[in-house]
Amino acid sequence: MIKRSFFGFTTPRIQYLPIPGNVTAPAVSKQPENATLLVPCPAGDVDNQLAKKGDRVKTGQKISLAAAPGAYGIASLSGTLSSIDRFPGEAGQEYTAVTITATGEEALDDAFSSKCEPTLETATAFLGCLPGAPSFEAFTDPEKPIHTIIVSGMDADLLVMSAQYTLSFRLEEIKAGIANLKAITGVENIVLATAPDALHGFGEIGASVVAMEAAYPAGLPRLIVQKVLGEEIPNDKGFQDLGVSFFTAEAVASIGRAFADKQLPLEKIITFIDKEGNRSLVSARIGTPIADIFKQHDIRLKEKDRIILGGPMTGHSIFSAQYPVQPNTDAILLQDREDVSLTSDYPCINCGDCVRMCPARIQINLLVRFLEAGLYEEAAEAYDLDACLECGLCSYVCVSKIPIFQYIKLAKHELERMAMEEVAAEETAIEETTDE
Amino acid sequence: MNSQKKLIVSHAPFLHNGSKISERHLHIIYAALPAILLGGLFRFGIPAIGVVCLSVSTAMLWELIMNRAMQRPVSIGDGNAALIGLLFAMLLPATAPWWLVITGTFVAIVIGKQIFGGIGGNAFNPVALSIAILMVSWKDFFDFNAMLVNYDPDFIMAYPLAALKNFGVSGIEKYSIGDFLVGRQSGGIGATFGIGLILGGAYLMIRGFIRWEISLAYLAGVFVTAQLFNLIDPVHYADPFFHIFTGYTLIGAFFLATEDSSSPVNFIPMLIYGAAGGLMTVLIRNIGAYIDGTVLAILVINLIHPLLDKIRPKAMGKVV
Ligand code: SF4
Ligand code: SF4
Repeated sequence: MIKRSFFGFTTPRIQYLPIPGNVTAPAVSKQPENATLLVPCPAGDVDNQLAKKGDRVKTGQKISLAAAPGAYGIASLSGTLSSIDRFPGEAGQEYTAVTITATGEEALDDAFSSKCEPTLETATAFLGCLPGAPSFEAFTDPEKPIHTIIVSGMDADLLVMSAQYTLSFRLEEIKAGIANLKAITGVENIVLATAPDALHGFGEIGASVVAMEAAYPAGLPRLIVQKVLGEEIPNDKGFQDLGVSFFTAEAVASIGRAFADKQLPLEKIITFIDKEGNRSLVSARIGTPIADIFKQHDIRLKEKDRIILGGPMTGHSIFSAQYPVQPNTDAILLQDREDVSLTSDYPCINCGDCVRMCPARIQINLLVRFLEAGLYEEAAEAYDLDACLECGLCSYVCVSKIPIFQYIKLAKHELERMAMEEVAAEETAIEETTDE
Repeated sequence: MNSQKKLIVSHAPFLHNGSKISERHLHIIYAALPAILLGGLFRFGIPAIGVVCLSVSTAMLWELIMNRAMQRPVSIGDGNAALIGLLFAMLLPATAPWWLVITGTFVAIVIGKQIFGGIGGNAFNPVALSIAILMVSWKDFFDFNAMLVNYDPDFIMAYPLAALKNFGVSGIEKYSIGDFLVGRQSGGIGATFGIGLILGGAYLMIRGFIRWEISLAYLAGVFVTAQLFNLIDPVHYADPFFHIFTGYTLIGAFFLATEDSSSPVNFIPMLIYGAAGGLMTVLIRNIGAYIDGTVLAILVINLIHPLLDKIRPKAMGKVV
């Protein structure tokens, strides 16, 4: 799709592409027969009192699975809960998949419309599953107050155009959403990040505007936050530690629409990228199986194709076309088996292409040797593993086709697990000493 | 439920820029061809063809034997062994005996590369290592005057660097840079044709198959050092252009110093590495015992490469 350029003496820049001129509105997908919500709640914690198989739900109804504040989904159909199952996500996260089968007439739930006030309470209770997946968790910690909200009008990954579309065509909703955000959080300093060519017409939007570079990976959240704050973020700090909260443009537009319509919007805008690299927009209800979208838009799937959710650099490939659209599914990328790039088990030849590409200035040629040997602690201590922004450019250029990015994610995951085990071991040790 | 298709599942990123190791090596081989074909084979004829063919084929054979012996996947397809064989031949005199060629490729592939774990693991440039070992062991076969004594072309067939070493600047007055550039000089099979080497090097630098910083810093190092010597004592020390266009300088700058595994990848280290190589080359030529210091200089900078790797930019957001 995007190949090495003829000239190799400078660092190549991979530009984000603007929306093609013929794309003006997403093709709307029909309401599916089954919708599956992935609720961030381990199956073991599901409280049968709150939700169980056979329950009837209305469209827009909140389905809580446990007492934890985030453990809910919003029904995107009216019907019955046909299954509630364990669903292991990426990198060890545990979800519970709740499937709703449409039955009878569509009926709208009124829990949200009855208390449609822009307060933090309403936001945490209802808005977490809006298209764009806004999170209000950061505002509930009094220890770490948030002073700046960043709204990203940039699509993080290449070829994706969901955020660009929102910024170009849903500006009124974003404006309303920004006003709602101010009311919900009390934060006045709102910054909108956009691509340089979209830098106009934001006069009354209620936020200051910052232009990012139009080359990947400038749209990654960490780089946007860095640009807005004007300094590099220390690796051991999260956005919250810095007093920053991050929303996508689509999340903000969804918030705007929710309060304007007094109904929770359920349609996710998705960039669809076909095997030839053509891009189009579709909108589908959250929970719609990808296979349904393919069927409606007449896309044939072949044996050993690859379906990727998210963009080509940072997305993840899925096992089955029955996988549902999620609040953060910005793109669906379909690849033919012929185009699937494979990795190899060749060693690093020290060509340095990755080092030149890496936005985080990591010595990947050295790092990768430690990662291949499984020496994760050394990799983190001496070779800046934590600085990685997870952009995937190193794997993209590696002439040995080493799955560097995968090694990095694995290493980070392993280190996290080790740290957690250590904490747990310490806790038991403390318990034991206090028992005596 | 509709029929389930099996999908390929793998990890991000799902794009690759299409670069390949074999492509990289193939292009370096292409870039070396003008110097070999026009400079070497045309000038030195059948013996040179024999040396080049034997060198490339035995290098690949040693690689294959080592792959088998170490029970590793066969790696001759990546072009690295062929490239090593080719570069090795470029440094030899056309009349090098067969056993010298085979021994040389053995040292380059087995000792220079495979013992370090194969491609990407070698700390030294395998070709430079092999030439250096052979030079020390069989000095006479690298005496280009004696080796090429049967050639009698219409230009001065005395090896320029030997003339400089033996007679000082007065010994090289008859040579002209123009001759060096078009390949009218004595030397290794692929090392005499200046323009060919420069074109090949420029191609590789533009395409990014070698790191231009190293080559240019190397040449700058040779130039500045030779210029300083020349300023101090123009009677003993030749001018910088003489040093750049004779011996192994150009091939060293574009094809040897730039070998991936044994050279640094960051900007400042590449400059230091290259410049140090140029400096060492001229130091050895002007005040050392050897006629041409290029391969030794390259081994020296290979040696300091791990140290240079310590100079590196601070990673983003690194907490000190
Ligand atoms: S994914 Fe690779 S290129 Fe990107 S920041 Fe991490 S190490 Fe650097
Ligand atoms: S791009 Fe791949 S082969 Fe080249 S230095 Fe990086 S890890 Fe090594």
